[in-house]
Amino acid sequence: MIGAITLLLVFQLLGEVIARTLALPIPGPVIGMALLFAALALRGGPSADLRDTAQGLLQHLSLLFVPAGTGVMLHYQRLSDEWLPLAVSLLLSTALTIGLSALVLRLLIRRSAGPKDAS
Amino acid sequence: MTPQLGEAWVYLAASPLLGLTMTLLAYQGATWLHRRSGGHPLANPVLLAVAVLVALLALTGTSYQTYFDGAQFVHFLLGPATVALAIPLYAQFDRLRRMALPLLGALLVGSLTAALSAVAIGGLLGASEATQLSLAPKSVTTPIAMGIAERIGGLPSLTAILVIATGILGAMGASFIYRALKIEDDAVRGFALGIASHGIGTARAFQESEQAGAFAALAMGLNGLMTALLLPVVMPWVTG
Repeated sequence: MIGAITLLLVFQLLGEVIARTLALPIPGPVIGMALLFAALALRGGPSADLRDTAQGLLQHLSLLFVPAGTGVMLHYQRLSDEWLPLAVSLLLSTALTIGLSALVLRLLIRRSAGPKDAS
Repeated sequence: MTPQLGEAWVYLAASPLLGLTMTLLAYQGATWLHRRSGGHPLANPVLLAVAVLVALLALTGTSYQTYFDGAQFVHFLLGPATVALAIPLYAQFDRLRRMALPLLGALLVGSLTAALSAVAIGGLLGASEATQLSLAPKSVTTPIAMGIAERIGGLPSLTAILVIATGILGAMGASFIYRALKIEDDAVRGFALGIASHGIGTARAFQESEQAGAFAALAMGLNGLMTALLLPVVMPWVTG
């Protein structure tokens, strides 16, 4: 487990260094993810240790958003001033994005899989 | 309070131990409730845990800064967890490669819809310009979203809250939308949720299946990239 955590941190560190030296708009961990993905493709897959550690961490992904979410208490004033446009915008826009993305993806998959019944 | 209890409080209020333990306890309680509800999407663990913590902090008069001194250790794990998303992604590599073009098409539509509809609806209902600009990157994972907000003139710390709220809303609502539209493919369900609701949507997708989770993780990463590239170009047009 410690080996796997070390590996994840090393890739995150590489990602941060690349993002900062090249002044990329992408955060370091996302670059770290891309690098690890490339390494896995070269190596032919993760070790059992890395797979188990990743699974353990991702199973509790929700937990990791709790500290930032609690920051809602810092914005009490603006949220109470503008709660209506914010609430309606978040609700409708999120529903629209999920529905539209899913419909477009399903349509495009059907088209690329079976050109006969797409016409 | 007895003097001894008072002393204990003084110690705890200044140490990171309390904030960290409270975060984990609130999460344990929230996941217990989530499981008791049979994994119901409306019993979202992030929402439940945040509600309990905000109430506790308000009751004890503890500042967010003091709380975060402890909770930052959990917050820090977001970095390695993001890197770890490469592993489920790799497991779906073959299917991803075959679906590359449909995925890119859906990504473009989803990315623009997420940003433009949020700004348009907020604007129509009278949100201030700073609020509208903070809404634009709401579907993007927190660190990228804060960077985008800063660049286009929004408020990064407000964006962080809107991002989390968007994640919770998507995780709560997606299964109802999919049922109405009869979307059954786990890959599609995961990908659309990842575009709209980043990491919290991805956490929800992993509860449905490993495949849905992997596609959500991919969508989250790609949408972060796409939005970071598009918004600085598109937003000056929209707000004039």
